[in-house]
Amino acid sequence: MEKKIIATTSLAGCFGCHMSILDIDERILDLIELVEFNKSPVDDIKTFTKPVDIGIVEGGCCNSENVEVLRSFRKNCKILISLGECAIMGGLPALRNGIPIEECLREAYLEGPTVGLNTTKILPNDDELPMLLDKVYPCHEVVKVDYYLPGCPPRADLIWDALVALITGNELALPYEVVKFD
Amino acid sequence: MANKVKIKIDGKEIITDEGKTIVEAARENGVFIPTLCNFAGALPKGCCRMCTIKINNRFMTACTTPAASGMEVENHTPEIEEFRKSIIELLFVSGNHFCPSCEKSGNCELQALAYRYQMMVPRFPYDFPMKSVDGTAPFIIKDQNRCILCKRCIKTIKDEQGRHYFAFKERGHKLEVILDEQMGKEMSRALARKAMENCPVGSIIYKEIGFAEPIGTRKYDKMPIGSEIDN
Repeated sequence: MEKKIIATTSLAGCFGCHMSILDIDERILDLIELVEFNKSPVDDIKTFTKPVDIGIVEGGCCNSENVEVLRSFRKNCKILISLGECAIMGGLPALRNGIPIEECLREAYLEGPTVGLNTTKILPNDDELPMLLDKVYPCHEVVKVDYYLPGCPPRADLIWDALVALITGNELALPYEVVKFD
Repeated sequence: MANKVKIKIDGKEIITDEGKTIVEAARENGVFIPTLCNFAGALPKGCCRMCTIKINNRFMTACTTPAASGMEVENHTPEIEEFRKSIIELLFVSGNHFCPSCEKSGNCELQALAYRYQMMVPRFPYDFPMKSVDGTAPFIIKDQNRCILCKRCIKTIKDEQGRHYFAFKERGHKLEVILDEQMGKEMSRALARKAMENCPVGSIIYKEIGFAEPIGTRKYDKMPIGSEIDN
């Protein structure tokens, strides 16, 4: 069987979901027999070099760069998976969603208890920095997403079973213990 | 002794006391009908619609409908289960339910129902409403982000004189369940713990201790909600 191509990325996430991918333990040896990684922090390939079968996205969209990366994933991947609570519903970064962005920045850079070193009182404004969005968006509110794997992080067994099901074309069994939101 | 009546739930014949609600009758006979706002011992309200069933082909709420002879009840049908799943999804998008950071996670009835119905993602867009958190009482936190307005705390948490600690405030989309400021200050630890237990979600949190139970040992970690009833 030809190897499926996989790409992964972490947008507004904490890389915990990627850690959970590594939690498949020795099955990682089986995984490299089944798939080849393209753009991913796992192999440090920065840009897509070929069409990808399965794209795995961790984290929601909190800034313009996240949106750009997510759109490039949708464009280059046949199947797109939202991995983890942040990709599915914004997760912890989305705790700021009820607070106006100006207030967030003021608290973080001007008035918070730990900003003593910012004596010049500037907000980050370099052109190189991505723009913050008004709120954190779940991935499926930005592009079409095909599958969702919830969890914080998703259980390694869920990730493994989902990947194997997708690659082999078999139906995914979902035992009660693996679908959790925390 | 109450008169006995015979009803059918998904074809299963059940004999129960006349006047008992269908939720109670079903529970006593090993049939799970999911509920959220219903609480044993308190008057049913029928507001969350989770217990929606079909009686003789009409949608009804099982928690407010007394059993009567000859009722043909539909419970676990694809149509009704899909309807219930959509209610859970609506609740998830209309509040701010951040399970990973919630102390009630694993013991939360809303989350447990989402697990039972295998909600991978709500079909509706997230609202992310702006809500407040009241932490002024010594032993509990009232978090409006997670409140589903089920009224269970209002109905069940009272002092010796029968005065309510919690109450509805405002109306319509501004409706909130708040803790009385003065009574909240005088609330005992034991009652604060009971308030947290009676809350189906993580809107009432007991202070001082949190995340005491490790993942894997909490109420809904291993078995779906209702599996203790279903047979």
